[in-house]
Amino acid sequence: MSESTTRTDPILAFEEKKDPTFLDATELVLNMGPQHPSTHGVLRVILKLDGEKVLGTECVIGYLHRGVEKIAEHRTYAMFNPYVDRMDYVAAVSNGLGYCEAVEKLLNVEAPPRAQYIRVILTELNRIASHQLWLGTHALDIGAMTPLFYTFRDREEVLKIFERYCGARLTTHSFRIGGCQYETYEGFEQDVKKFCDFFEPKIDEYEQLLTTNRIWVQRTKGVGILSGPDCKALGVTGPVLRASGVKWDLRKAQPYAAYKDFEFEIPTGQNGDTYDRYLVRVAEMRQSLRIIRQAVEGIPEGAIMAKIPKVLKPPVGEIYHSIEAPKGELGYFVVSDGSTQPYRVRVRPPSFVNLQALNKMVIGGLVADVVAVIGTLDIVLGEVDR
Amino acid sequence: MADETKGSDQPAPPKPSEGAAAASEKPAAPPAATPPAAKPAVPAPPPKPAGPVPLPWESEMVTRLRQRFGSGLQPFTYLGQNYVIADPSIVAQMLQELRDEEQFDYCVDVTAVHYPKREKQFDVVWVLYSFPRNQRVRVKTMIAEAESAPSATALWESANWLEREVFDMFGLRFDGHPDLRRILLPDGWKGHPLRKDYGIIQQDQEWVQINLGIESGQ
Repeated sequence: MSESTTRTDPILAFEEKKDPTFLDATELVLNMGPQHPSTHGVLRVILKLDGEKVLGTECVIGYLHRGVEKIAEHRTYAMFNPYVDRMDYVAAVSNGLGYCEAVEKLLNVEAPPRAQYIRVILTELNRIASHQLWLGTHALDIGAMTPLFYTFRDREEVLKIFERYCGARLTTHSFRIGGCQYETYEGFEQDVKKFCDFFEPKIDEYEQLLTTNRIWVQRTKGVGILSGPDCKALGVTGPVLRASGVKWDLRKAQPYAAYKDFEFEIPTGQNGDTYDRYLVRVAEMRQSLRIIRQAVEGIPEGAIMAKIPKVLKPPVGEIYHSIEAPKGELGYFVVSDGSTQPYRVRVRPPSFVNLQALNKMVIGGLVADVVAVIGTLDIVLGEVDR
Repeated sequence: MADETKGSDQPAPPKPSEGAAAASEKPAAPPAATPPAAKPAVPAPPPKPAGPVPLPWESEMVTRLRQRFGSGLQPFTYLGQNYVIADPSIVAQMLQELRDEEQFDYCVDVTAVHYPKREKQFDVVWVLYSFPRNQRVRVKTMIAEAESAPSATALWESANWLEREVFDMFGLRFDGHPDLRRILLPDGWKGHPLRKDYGIIQQDQEWVQINLGIESGQ
């Protein structure tokens, strides 16, 4: 067999780069994953340990690679739309929003105001669902079991709204290029308002369980610290960046959809540790509720679909459009050659870039902290690998 | 396969002079498949816009960059987004300049586009963002298959994995990258899937047979 087909073991590759002191018996290389409950998917982390202390890590990713960007080049613009839902499948609505808006920009079309409002409501509901799933699983990783049941119970209410709106709960494909496919169902506004009233006290409930819980605080405070300048250098965005004290949110910095119409705050932390990231995400859920309430109150009447041709042929050109997904900056770089299929679609996934910071965050920490840090980064491997 | 039809009419890179760019864009415009939709009463964009063209981009930053790099760069603005096409020879200094002097402190993305019909087959694209200025700029350079692009890992740590992905998917090399290995595909894999000559159902069958013990992954 040719040498290029023999598998190079990442552990071996890792060991080859080691410093000479590695032969010391106190150091150990440990494989975490790809099948490990706290890696939230198929992520393999090779840990270099000195007892309980982490000396270095290497991530091995790609187990879920499906070639989404290649598929895009062989589908029409509209046909590719459902595929984006399957990247970050816990925030499918955000993925769809980013893609639709990018293609709309390329087409020089804008979705009608009513569609924009529907988009904001669903996207913010999805942000809440994504944060709920994050909180439940993150807390479970650290050893708190109850929040998992609470968050999944409440997430169900969001998914029910999605189901009633478009028939799907997870990979919703709720938006179309040019607007929305579906008008809101009878009672949509009431359902959303009811959810807001129902969910607000639930956030307090989560906080009661965790915020001052001694075990939670000890497991998260001072763990996985990432400073603001480090975040910027590593391209880390989303709640992780904001927890490091950088007040930056694309919904404010470069507003898209209807976000400029709403009042909300950008929660930030100071220490950039796992605890602050928890506080930021919890505060974000409250802000999302605030946005949803305003959007439901002010939802305009009118068309939900812009006038776009049946066959989409964006003019020759390229565009980069990004949105604030629950995990950070989700960007689409779309190149059109004037035909019905995109010439190239590049997805800039927040999880992929954020995961790169894992090494910096866990070096010097304990093995148990690795679990906490993977949880706090809020990665979805479907998006990391695409 | 669709490759052949897709590879033929690649987006024309904007011409240096704006007049030529405008002229070159026009012929592609006539709409084909769209039924002549009745003009709606509500204000809506025309069913088939002829397509905006990249315009030359002028700003203080561009003037400063011009002073430094002369004619090696062509700044454009398209649909409100600014980008600079730079010569491969100056792109490394330009990225450095953008980070150090123009406050572009965040490297959002590094990616590439393959144009097989072109002499310099690859576009390498850096998407940069500046927190203090709240501005984006894209830097683009064209390189041939045998050439390599400068690595931005020394400027922005985020470029590390992004460049590895470009290497994995396109086979482009980045000079100065500390650890240029495949990232999404297995190390022994042959071929670079996002090149246009790589078919959509193509796979490294040898690898699949040896490592997975199955005839085909399809």
